[in-house]
Amino acid sequence: MEESTSHYLLIIGGVLFALLNVAAGLIWVERRMLALWQDRYGPNRAGPFGLFIVLADTLKLFFKEDWIPPLADKVVFVIAPAIVLVTVLLGFVVVPFAPGIVVADLNIGILFFLAMSSMGAYSIILGGWASNNKYSLLGAMRGAAQMISYEVFMGLAMMGVVLLTGTFNLSTIVEAQRDLWFFIPQILGFVIFFIAGVAETHRLPFDIPESESELVAGFHSEYSGMKFGMFFIGEYLGITLISCMVVTLYFGGWLGPGFLPPLFWFAIKVFAFISLFILLRASLPRPRYDQLMEYGWKILLPLSLVNLLVTAAIVLMQNES
Amino acid sequence: MELTFFIAAAVAVLATIMVVTQYNLIHALLYLVVSFLAISVVFFTLGAPFMAALEIIIYAGAIVVLIIFVIMMLNLTQEDIQHEKEWLKPRIWIGPAVLSMILLVELVYIVTADTPDTYRSTPVEAQAVGMSLFGPYVLGVQLSGMLLMAGIVGAYHLGRQKKKVIHRFLERTDA
Repeated sequence: MEESTSHYLLIIGGVLFALLNVAAGLIWVERRMLALWQDRYGPNRAGPFGLFIVLADTLKLFFKEDWIPPLADKVVFVIAPAIVLVTVLLGFVVVPFAPGIVVADLNIGILFFLAMSSMGAYSIILGGWASNNKYSLLGAMRGAAQMISYEVFMGLAMMGVVLLTGTFNLSTIVEAQRDLWFFIPQILGFVIFFIAGVAETHRLPFDIPESESELVAGFHSEYSGMKFGMFFIGEYLGITLISCMVVTLYFGGWLGPGFLPPLFWFAIKVFAFISLFILLRASLPRPRYDQLMEYGWKILLPLSLVNLLVTAAIVLMQNES
Repeated sequence: MELTFFIAAAVAVLATIMVVTQYNLIHALLYLVVSFLAISVVFFTLGAPFMAALEIIIYAGAIVVLIIFVIMMLNLTQEDIQHEKEWLKPRIWIGPAVLSMILLVELVYIVTADTPDTYRSTPVEAQAVGMSLFGPYVLGVQLSGMLLMAGIVGAYHLGRQKKKVIHRFLERTDA
């Protein structure tokens, strides 16, 4: 008992340490990669490869004046950025990083992830509402509608994998991919899940709640200092979480040829998807808000339902024969 | 497990009381979310993890978000909070309070009279829930499906717009 408790504490501490460092490191990774794809240098002055930009950015956020607008709802204004960080970090609880390295191997792992990502919508809504600012309110309304709609397709796309394995447990799902990674039989589900994931983390091209060119940063216009920093870090952690889930559900999680330890395979695959997120930001323009909604409800919803139906039919046929 | 159950239950009760007594609507809804989260923990300790997850995804994650969405657009001000204060006089508390006291007495009686084994049950897996939903209770599933379909058709009818003319010069007045 004593040993297992310390073991768990070690895993929790390790995961938390790694995640927060990854999120901070992504500040640098994103800027350098965007620069690479746009034919410029990016931050390359401070420290080796410009790595100290992370330090400079963090220090700047910590020492900036933390201003609360006088007309804002103060309590809600302060709580909102904490919600995004807490829910995203809780989402990582069910991710199996390697055999045995998982904080809580819940039987309802997928549902827990969905629950946490739906709770994350509150940070945008409350942050935008509490700021008492037109642009923030508009951003919050867009964010609420976008996140609720895309959650539906996200859940439906995941159900294809659940049908194939018959479980919500993420470790079992990874084990079931020993012969064939699920992105081959579930290619449609993977594409829908990834698109919904981009919308759920409100990253470009779907960063409509904050679209800086029309809404002046949307729901976090009024935030400064470390409160803004929490939205910022929450977004990077969200990217990491969605990448982790894509890898776990469709790309065999920690599985890979034996010459590297499982944790490395997981990290490599996750990094590949984080890079894909950044490439999307570098290359795609933002759609209009009604285009986003139409695209979701008129294309992604029917497609995810068809995917579910076909998968269910095939599973049934295989069970019959 | 028992202690977690009682703590979560107490949080649920307190949060629900705060929902009723708050004057600011958004704050009341936030307490409603807390109450749903506490109830989800209660489900979990009672051995229904599937229900616990659904409680958060559907109630806390979707329904309350939609309610907040509507309330956000109402642009509530300090004045509205004052109105709310005037409406909620202590006098109108008496009726509901007496009725719920009767329920509380009954609840205490049931809990103390029954064996304490009632809250120590075996976990119900998601598969078991699905089997019973699509086995003996399939009629309920179909009926709720029809209800939702009616809701969708109704929402479509209310939200439908006449075809808009792009430019006002192209608009025909005689038609």
